[in-house]
This record gives sequence, C-alpha cells and structure tokens, in this order.
Amino acid sequence: MASPKFWWDISKKCFTVGLISVTISDRFWSITRISGHSMSPTFNPGDSSFNDYVLVEKLCLGRYKFSRGDVIVFSSPSNYKENIVKRIIAMPGDWVPDPFDTVIPHGHCWVEGDNSSSSVDSRSIGPVPLGLARGRVTHIIWPPQRVGKVERVVPEHRLSLL
Amino acid sequence: MWARKLGQWRSIAKEAADRTVIVAKFLCLFHVTETYLFSPTLVYGPSMLPTLNMRGDVLLIDRVSHRFGRLGIGDVVLVISPLDPKRILTKRVLGLEGDVVSFNLDTGILKTLVVQKGHVWVQGDNVYASSDSRLFGSVPYGLIQGKAFCRIWPLSEFGSLGPGLW
Repeated sequence: MASPKFWWDISKKCFTVGLISVTISDRFWSITRISGHSMSPTFNPGDSSFNDYVLVEKLCLGRYKFSRGDVIVFSSPSNYKENIVKRIIAMPGDWVPDPFDTVIPHGHCWVEGDNSSSSVDSRSIGPVPLGLARGRVTHIIWPPQRVGKVERVVPEHRLSLL
Repeated sequence: MWARKLGQWRSIAKEAADRTVIVAKFLCLFHVTETYLFSPTLVYGPSMLPTLNMRGDVLLIDRVSHRFGRLGIGDVVLVISPLDPKRILTKRVLGLEGDVVSFNLDTGILKTLVVQKGHVWVQGDNVYASSDSRLFGSVPYGLIQGKAFCRIWPLSEFGSLGPGLW
C-alpha cells in the first residue's frame, strides 16, 4: 500500500501542473477545437468529417495587436460563454463598402467568416469590440494532413481605405 | 582539478534551475489567483463620484461571479471599454439583458430602450462626468472583467461600496 505521503506528492504535482498549464493557456498559447463550417475552406473544409484543432496565440492580447486578415477567436457579443472564430476584415477607421456602408468605430473590428454563405458575423451583428478578442489563430495542428500555418489573408476586394 | 570545477559549475546550474522553477511556480499561482479568484485594483477618475474617490481607491475585485453569470443590478464592475480595449472602466450595472432602461441624453431628451441579449447597461454614478452606456450603448457581457466587492484603501473607508444613488 502506498503511504499518505505518496498521495500527497502526487496531488501536489497535479496541482502544480494544472497551475502551469492554465497560465500558459491564458498568457501564451492554447488549443481550441473548431466546430461548424463558417470558416471553411480554411478550417473544417467540406470533405472532412472531423473537427480541426488549432493553436491560439494569446500574446497579442497584451496590446491588442491585430491586423486585417488575422483569424481571431472572440467571445460572442450575445452569449459570453460561446467563442467564435472569424477573420478580421476591417479595423477602426476603415470603411466597409456597400451594402453596409459603415465606418468602423474606435476599438471595434469587422469580422467575417471565410465561408460567407453560412456564417453569422459582422454582416448580421455589426462591428465587434476588440475587447472581446480571446486570441489569434496561428496554426492548424490537427488533422495531420493539414498541419500548417494559418495565413493572414487581406481581403483587398472587401476593403476600401479612407 | 577540471573535474572538480565542472562539478562545482554543475551544482550551481542545478541550484539556479531549481530557483527558476520555484519563481515560475509562484508566478503561475499569482496569475491564477489574480485571474480566477480575486485581485486588488487601483481605480481612479471622476466617473464614480461620490461612491469612489477621484484620487484613487484600491478595490478588491471578485473574478469569479461574473464567470457564472452572477451579476445583479447595482453591482460595481470592471469592464473593458468598447471604444479602447486597453482601458478598463469602473461602472455600475444598471440593466441586464431584456431590461428596459430610460436615460437622459445631454440634450435633455429622455430615451428608453431594451438591453440586447447578452449585454449589460453600465453607468457611472456621476452622471455629469462619465462616458458610459449612454454614450456607447449597452456593452457585451464578455467585456466584464470582475465585480468589486469591497474597498481596501483608504482604510478609513474600508468596506462594501453600497448601493449607490440610482
């Protein structure tokens, strides 16, 4: 039989590992599962039956350093428990042309899914506050055949700078 | 002689590594406490007069309740400014989703609206010098960072913040 000291050591180790992993996932990187097809073909393209897992970088949250074309994770403005993955189309001060015809207010961004036919995004909910951002997607890490970097795609045709 | 020196260096390196691990563990514990349990925060500015002093108060922020949706009307909350994500505002919750709020615009016109789903209506106690939901509308719940539950500095005003003037 193991002694109480053995179990005490084990629980202490688990606690430490938990602390360290929570800190790393809050401050540096975490792994998130993507569900739904709103970002297809970048994530979950039509032919795949499994969900993608992606690496989310949190370092950018310190100064909110995002740029157009970044894929970000943000908490839904209508339900804070739900996280959404979309691509930033426009940043504060940019003008989003027809049919929306809006200038993005300070501290907001315009996000859209890559699959415009099935995506609930700024086209229906309007600009999203940058403060809701929870990280930036940098790499796909699962499934193995599509492991790689997530490119920053600036949608030139969607954007007219003032 | 070389072997002895090498051994010495090795023990120094080992000790340095041990110390680093202890510091790292401590920082992790600090981060988790600060993010998920409670943390002291210095707040200042005129927008919460007379509840909070203009020169700065240290509040103890409860970082748990808002994660479980346990916010009520009258709570003082820290919320990321929708207009500048690097700024954190201290405001009072005056309406939850679905509530009807009425407020005076600068022009003196009374406006009434329903708070959207997943949003809260926040206002400063000092209606004359506060940029709040009257300016930028209701804020998404996800911008809330914590709930103030007591003041720890200045010591003469130690205690809960009270229900305010609303």
